Amino acid sequence: MADETKDQIHEPLHTGPEFAVAEDDHEVVEAHPVAGSSLWRDAWRRLLKNKLAVFGMIVTLLIVLASLIGPAIIRRATGFTYDFIPKDTALTKSFAPFRATNGAFSWTHPMGTDNAGRDMLARVLSGGQISLMVALISTLVSLIIGVSYGATAGYLGGRIDDLMMRIVDVLYSLPYVIIVIVLLALLPAKSPTGQLAELFFALGAVSWLTMARIVRGQVMSLKNQEFVLAARATGVSTAKIIFRHLVPNTLGPVIVYATLTIPTVMLSEAFLSFLGLGIRPPRVSWGSLAAEGAQNLAIYPWQLVFPGLTMALMLFSLNFVGDGLRDALDPQMRRE
Amino acid sequence: MLRFIIRRLIIIVPMLFIILSLTWVLIRLAPGNFYTAEKKLSPAVEQNLREKYGLNKPWYTQYRKVLWNMARFDFGTSLKYEGQSVNQILWRALPVSAALGLSAYLIALVVGITIGTLAALRQNSWIDYASMALAMIGISIPNFVLGPLLVLLFGLTLFWLPPALWDGFPSKSLVMPAVTLSAIYIAYIARLTRSGMLEVMRSDYIRTARAKGLSEGQVVVRHALRGGLLPVLSFSGPALAFLITGTVVVERVFALPGLGNYFINACFNRDEPLIIGIVAFIAISVLGFNLLVDIAYGFVDPRIRY
Repeated sequence: MADETKDQIHEPLHTGPEFAVAEDDHEVVEAHPVAGSSLWRDAWRRLLKNKLAVFGMIVTLLIVLASLIGPAIIRRATGFTYDFIPKDTALTKSFAPFRATNGAFSWTHPMGTDNAGRDMLARVLSGGQISLMVALISTLVSLIIGVSYGATAGYLGGRIDDLMMRIVDVLYSLPYVIIVIVLLALLPAKSPTGQLAELFFALGAVSWLTMARIVRGQVMSLKNQEFVLAARATGVSTAKIIFRHLVPNTLGPVIVYATLTIPTVMLSEAFLSFLGLGIRPPRVSWGSLAAEGAQNLAIYPWQLVFPGLTMALMLFSLNFVGDGLRDALDPQMRRE
Repeated sequence: MLRFIIRRLIIIVPMLFIILSLTWVLIRLAPGNFYTAEKKLSPAVEQNLREKYGLNKPWYTQYRKVLWNMARFDFGTSLKYEGQSVNQILWRALPVSAALGLSAYLIALVVGITIGTLAALRQNSWIDYASMALAMIGISIPNFVLGPLLVLLFGLTLFWLPPALWDGFPSKSLVMPAVTLSAIYIAYIARLTRSGMLEVMRSDYIRTARAKGLSEGQVVVRHALRGGLLPVLSFSGPALAFLITGTVVVERVFALPGLGNYFINACFNRDEPLIIGIVAFIAISVLGFNLLVDIAYGFVDPRIRY
């Protein structure tokens, strides 16, 4: 690692892509990616130094992997899926973790089963798939809306910017969760898949505001720099300047904020599912599993404990990753 | 200052209008009606119901009625809770939610500021690390998981507190819901206080205060806290909006007869007057509280002028 840093210091001339093209030299072409990615490399190095962030990344990765491939493995090995109800009526009841029909120790259900005898481990992992998917796609929706809105407002400036940001201020003070609840309760989609799409849209549409503000601020500080002027002088269209030249330069803060949005959205999804407004049966998510578990709390506590704690662990590590990324990518944002 | 307040008050009116219209449109877009049930009504009965509730009138007449009701703050009668006006339900449910929300917020302020200040004063010590780890746990455990777990421990195993009961304001029944609701605010406030205090403690005026010969306690309490708590104050505005969503869940977990519980039931029952009444009420309180926080900001931070 020390060698790389030295290389960078000794090659101040070959930082811009123009030089790499102009001098048709093999060495320069090789050196270029190192110089070009130094910001990301530095950030990555800082991130790896942050023990909590590394812990968060490992746990996140483990849970994501388990959710992605776990259900398939369980089905191969035991035949259980999240909606598999055993035919044998002696099995359609809730077993404690690691317990078989006769109460003896057994590896069959490490997290127990729910009231219908469905394997909790399969349910928690499948629920993880849905929860992660909702969180990712909704964050993506909010990213697209927020970045384009903020970049447009910031670049155009003046009256349009004033108006667009006034709208954001107004939306900020709306109790939008209330409206989302009304929307999901009164207009439930016909199919579980439609319900998922509705969730993506509803959650994404309400979580882009801060992203818009961050991107606007970034764009405003960038738009008077030479490279934008150069682009404008060569006749590049406004839309192209915004999305080709300005948006890529705001990537750092955008990534940081997007990482911090994922746990928030995940929590919102779980909150809605807990109220019976989000994911509906037969699909499961961590929120809807926790809701089921809370109903059977007094007799079958494991039905709440496992999905609840899995989710808490996921949020815990995601928050650490987000905080770590913020410190690594943008040391100035550390204040928050 | 006065002009600022008046301007903000004027903005509240169109915002309320937007929120109510949106809610009303959503209710109207939804297929079916509040009398839609498994058993189909005979056409004559349905006709009578539609006439009684004015559903046969054109949409603009109905919409005008909603707005007029809002202007008078009288939302009519609930469709599901027979014979009870929406206002009666609101005034009955409000004290429950208010008691829950305010006690949770008070707990959060006291505990959060204490933890955050201690962490900032002993930066990078074990106190700092422990309290920030605790704060992260608080942010990460959803209240609908924490609540039932507390019930399991204190309500169903140790039998110290009632698992689900509403006993009025100062009572044992409020302890678990308030603690559940406050967990995430304790965490947020502790983090905000810590970062605010860390910044302030490095500033010039704190050095001046120390140079004057004030004791460390006086420096912290009289000078640093005032500046260090600004982020906490500005968090209080959005906090109310979060608090309301939090009360919805906590009231459901602990079966408390508060606004949130009524709101969810009203949505499921398609109880239009009650939905609109509660949405209006929540919107007014959120908007009003945001305004109050902005005004308070001006008093605490002399650098801010409107």
